[in-house]
Amino acid sequence: MPEVIKIRRGLDIKIQGAAEKIILTAEKSKTYAVKPPDFPCMTARLNVKAGAKVKAGDCLFYCKDRPQIKFASPVSGEVTSIERGERRKILEVVVTADREIEYTDFGTTDPSKLEPDQIAEKIQNAGLWPVIKQRPYAMIANPSKKPKSIFISCFDSSPLAPDLDFALKGQSVAFQAGLDALAKLTDGKVHLGLNGKYPPADTFINARGAEMHYFSGPHPAGNPGIHIHHIDPVNKGESVWYVHPEHVIQIGNLFLKGIYDASRLVALTGSEVKKPVYYKMLSGASVEPVVSGNVTGTELRYISGNVLTGSQISRTGYLGFYHNQITVIPEGKHYELLGWAMPGFKKYSTSRSFWSWLSPGGKYRLDTNLHGGERAFVMTGEYEKVLPMNIYPVYLLKAILAEDIDKMEMLGIYEIAEEDFALCEFVCTSKINVQSIVRKGIEAMIREVE
Amino acid sequence: MKSFRKFVDDIKPSFTKGGKFPWLKSTFEAFETFLFVPNRVTFRGTHIRDSIDMKRTMAIVVVALLPPLLFGMWNTGFQNALATGVERTVLQDFWFGFLQVFPIIVVSYVTGLAIEFVGAQIRGHEVNEGFLVSGMLIPLVLPVDVPLWMVALATAFAVIIGKEVFGGTGMNILNPALTARAFLFFAYPSYMSGSQVWISGLIKGEGIIDGFSGATALGQAAANEPVLLNTTSQPITPMDMFIGTIPGSIGETSTLAILLGAFILIYTGIASWKIILSVFAGGLAMGLLMNAFGGNALRDLPAWQHLMLGGFAFGAVYMATDPVSGAQTERGKWIYGFLIGIIAIMIRILNPAYPEGVMLAILLMNVFAPLIDYYVVEGNIKRRLKRLKVNTNP
Repeated sequence: MPEVIKIRRGLDIKIQGAAEKIILTAEKSKTYAVKPPDFPCMTARLNVKAGAKVKAGDCLFYCKDRPQIKFASPVSGEVTSIERGERRKILEVVVTADREIEYTDFGTTDPSKLEPDQIAEKIQNAGLWPVIKQRPYAMIANPSKKPKSIFISCFDSSPLAPDLDFALKGQSVAFQAGLDALAKLTDGKVHLGLNGKYPPADTFINARGAEMHYFSGPHPAGNPGIHIHHIDPVNKGESVWYVHPEHVIQIGNLFLKGIYDASRLVALTGSEVKKPVYYKMLSGASVEPVVSGNVTGTELRYISGNVLTGSQISRTGYLGFYHNQITVIPEGKHYELLGWAMPGFKKYSTSRSFWSWLSPGGKYRLDTNLHGGERAFVMTGEYEKVLPMNIYPVYLLKAILAEDIDKMEMLGIYEIAEEDFALCEFVCTSKINVQSIVRKGIEAMIREVE
Repeated sequence: MKSFRKFVDDIKPSFTKGGKFPWLKSTFEAFETFLFVPNRVTFRGTHIRDSIDMKRTMAIVVVALLPPLLFGMWNTGFQNALATGVERTVLQDFWFGFLQVFPIIVVSYVTGLAIEFVGAQIRGHEVNEGFLVSGMLIPLVLPVDVPLWMVALATAFAVIIGKEVFGGTGMNILNPALTARAFLFFAYPSYMSGSQVWISGLIKGEGIIDGFSGATALGQAAANEPVLLNTTSQPITPMDMFIGTIPGSIGETSTLAILLGAFILIYTGIASWKIILSVFAGGLAMGLLMNAFGGNALRDLPAWQHLMLGGFAFGAVYMATDPVSGAQTERGKWIYGFLIGIIAIMIRILNPAYPEGVMLAILLMNVFAPLIDYYVVEGNIKRRLKRLKVNTNP
């Protein structure tokens, strides 16, 4: 048995609605969207106008600062609308799909025979570069700076997350092709972060040319940020790239089949879903076909992604670029008489201040209520219990609030992302918006340092 | 409940901008959120939140304060009965104590909350819950015969100078309740120390048995009495100290009741067990060291008995664990607690001016807590810099 890195600090939230391991093919969505707000710290420039005809893999928009980073349409069809928000910021580029998807052909090649530049160019042209993210800053990787290593975290520990060992099994060939392509982009190693709890899928353990690391423990044990922190931490001036295994397979398919294949297995989860199962969908698809008639209740929150880091969408909203999970939970717009004084037999809390500790095995139907008002930092030691990093979270957050760039750097801003601090936000007694503060700090760093 | 909620919703507009009483907005909000957990939902970041909030946290601390409070009320009656020679039942003792203690609690809460409400309104903030705990802590660390106007004055001092000038709950440097006690200790020492103040009715002296002494165990030891006696001139047993049937501040005498409170705080995960444990460890270490020297009654008093006397246990469990004024890093908490224990016993034994050192030890370490944290965090920074150097110069 290989060495397992045991993550001790963290939390598996006991929430209802995990997906059963059944795969259904979703009814095809009529419209698809690519959403620039899915990509932090990126300003989009449009490449198409409303009414244009596109094929799957054609560029819809590109990054203003790095035009080689392109964003592709997942389907063929007609660009029907471009939704804009404040200051004409692009929110959604919507494509109405043809009945059959027509793919732009990027040509099949063996990645081992290509130069790194050619590989990067091919990935960029097919609109797949945005799947590669980097630390520091948890944003799309900067193509002009070689990373010291590349991480692929092959399990997702977040609440109700899809089981990647189940979802990606039997895709060894495409995964290996993607891995070979990525390995050429770094002079360092490619690291796989595997689930130490049980034997991982063949897709991962048969992979060649990568170093395997096993992790066990509660969430965030599966976060790439945690894997990077424990294996090859990011220092000032360095960068590490990381890619979701689903996207490694997409890159593999680009080289094997020559197309931008946006299909993925999506877990429909949450306490309000009647039949939580896995669906085969395309990136950017509307969630309407899978949720309509499949949810209970009226006041619901639809989330693309998981309950900690996902983004709120409408019932007819679109699946996010990085997401392979849809969660539906009840909204919590209700008052509770003297709620803070009641015993709270059914209230979930990591502290034992509610009597729900009497039933430790149960899972909870959690809603979106804040359960209190925002306060200053008062309690201590709360964040540390759910952050398995050698970082002092409150000091780092205070440095961000004080906009002290030097302090942020010294306290480890290069190593963190919102998702790593999401549990801190969940447990916070003072109801502080921790993830927003982290993003604010990252934006300040990009502004001042880059 | 629905009609009540509707009533609250109906009157709500009067307290918002443009209504009749916009200057009462914070006050209204405080009462509204006290009655109802608000209907606010998450709108960015995590979509779900833990059920705990500041009100619940503070409510748990108040619950944890109930054992020493209830015992203190009974003990007030019990000590008075001993002093006056009156025969009373347990319930009568409790009722007597209740009548003495309850007004102090009311004065403390009314003064403190009034200032908090005004402060919140001036800043346009929500009212903070911190005083729910401070308001209960202040009475428990005072002698029972303290005049009520002194309670009001000390509370006002603690809330304004100790907390509000720094920006309210979460920003203060010193523990507010101890600030109140320290204020009284230095401003009105005759009411806060000596052998007359610890038992109800002793200052007035009406109906007191002849030759009755209200001196605390620590007071006697400081006067170098070889055998510590209780108020009826019997030797004090360690059991008396543990149960708490001895004179002292209202809430501090019963180690048993305090340990019950400590159990609640630790089990619910609200107070840091590291601090509590390390305060006791520090006190024991210093006590043992002093035992080794010996030479007078205080130094000869067994170290473990020191932990049950005076305000040591109360300070360790309820005061040192204040998350705002204490150390905030996990490693810092060990150091912070241990030093409180050491300094408390050191002041108690070596400084003839103060028979009790816990209050001063905690206040002193409150001031030093940021320094301890600074060095702990600095250690983390150094490790990070070292890693960078190793990587850049292989």
